[in-house]
Amino acid sequence: MARNGAFPRRRASEGADWLDLCQANVEEAHVLAVDDSLVDRKVIERLLKISSFKVTAVDSGLRALQFLGLDGKKSPIDFHSLKVDLIITDYCMPGMTGYELLKRIKGSSALREIPVVVMSSENVVARIDRCLEEGAEDFIVKPVKLSDVRRLKDYMVRGCQPNSGGKNHQKRKQLHGSATSSSSPLPSVSSSRSRSPLVDTPAAPCSPSSLESPTRRLRMTSCE
Amino acid sequence: MSRFHGNTQPPAGSVLEQLLAKYVDYMDSLRRESFLDDQFTQLLKLQDENNPDFVGEVVSLFFQDSERLIGNMGTALGKKSVDYKQVDADVHQLKGSSSSIGAVRIKNVCVFFRNLCEAKNLEGCYRCLHEVTQECVVLKNKLNTLFMLQKQIVAAGGSIPVD
Repeated sequence: MARNGAFPRRRASEGADWLDLCQANVEEAHVLAVDDSLVDRKVIERLLKISSFKVTAVDSGLRALQFLGLDGKKSPIDFHSLKVDLIITDYCMPGMTGYELLKRIKGSSALREIPVVVMSSENVVARIDRCLEEGAEDFIVKPVKLSDVRRLKDYMVRGCQPNSGGKNHQKRKQLHGSATSSSSPLPSVSSSRSRSPLVDTPAAPCSPSSLESPTRRLRMTSCE
Repeated sequence: MSRFHGNTQPPAGSVLEQLLAKYVDYMDSLRRESFLDDQFTQLLKLQDENNPDFVGEVVSLFFQDSERLIGNMGTALGKKSVDYKQVDADVHQLKGSSSSIGAVRIKNVCVFFRNLCEAKNLEGCYRCLHEVTQECVVLKNKLNTLFMLQKQIVAAGGSIPVD
């Protein structure tokens, strides 16, 4: 792999190097943004585009499910061509909340691998915990900044286990630091989740066992 | 922080230098008086040659949205049986979008407004509705002035300061 600043394109004779693929995936990563606020959609769209993501912005959980093919109308072939690499959703939305959307996505065998990030204007511990428990990668307090969006790349390396139990506790501690407690008692932190980790996913270029840390690997691929 | 805020040094006493100074002063006063906070500056940073009107567009959307929401609130408060949950939902929306553009004063009125919705205090809600309407008018005027200064700076060959 050349380290001369230009990342080599896939060479036909050598086949695809998996780091090559990961880099390409991140550069062309497609984010589905869900927010009922017109102003926020415009802002998040710009933040994502300026961070080199492809963006599809929808105004409701229902539309997000339609786009993802979970409403039963799209055929599996249509779905795969859309290829969403990350979903970022507002928490408070009329109709289906971001939390409900998160549950639907994580409850779907076709979609549960897609990392989901939740945004909210309310920085409340119980809400954060609820989302992380349900499988969200991260919880961003609005207003969303460029630094928040840049972090999204960390969740996007294909084939890596999103939100394993260990990461959950680290992330939870991180987020609790700045959050306020709600009036209701904190839910107890349970170390066992009802869903088993993703060991039964189809073969991916990066197998979880060969990675020391997805974030570190990602940094290695972006040559200066 | 350079005096010229990302611009190459304009000739002393030049129109551009004066415009930049005027802009910076105006922006500082808007921040001091809590009309705008850092979030607005963050949005300015997202503007570039390919998207030169991004902030103007967002602001425009905000005022369209706020007019709609304020209208809804007025209608809801005028009903015989006031649906405070609905008013609160609209205030929550306005709070969110004002926060997204850095409109601090409007956001703060919304926070207060929500408490009054929860308390089902009709008179208090009307006062907040009036206040938030006023704040939107004032902010619109301030932003028009700011955008005009931006246009003048660009026309004089400079670039909009974003620190």
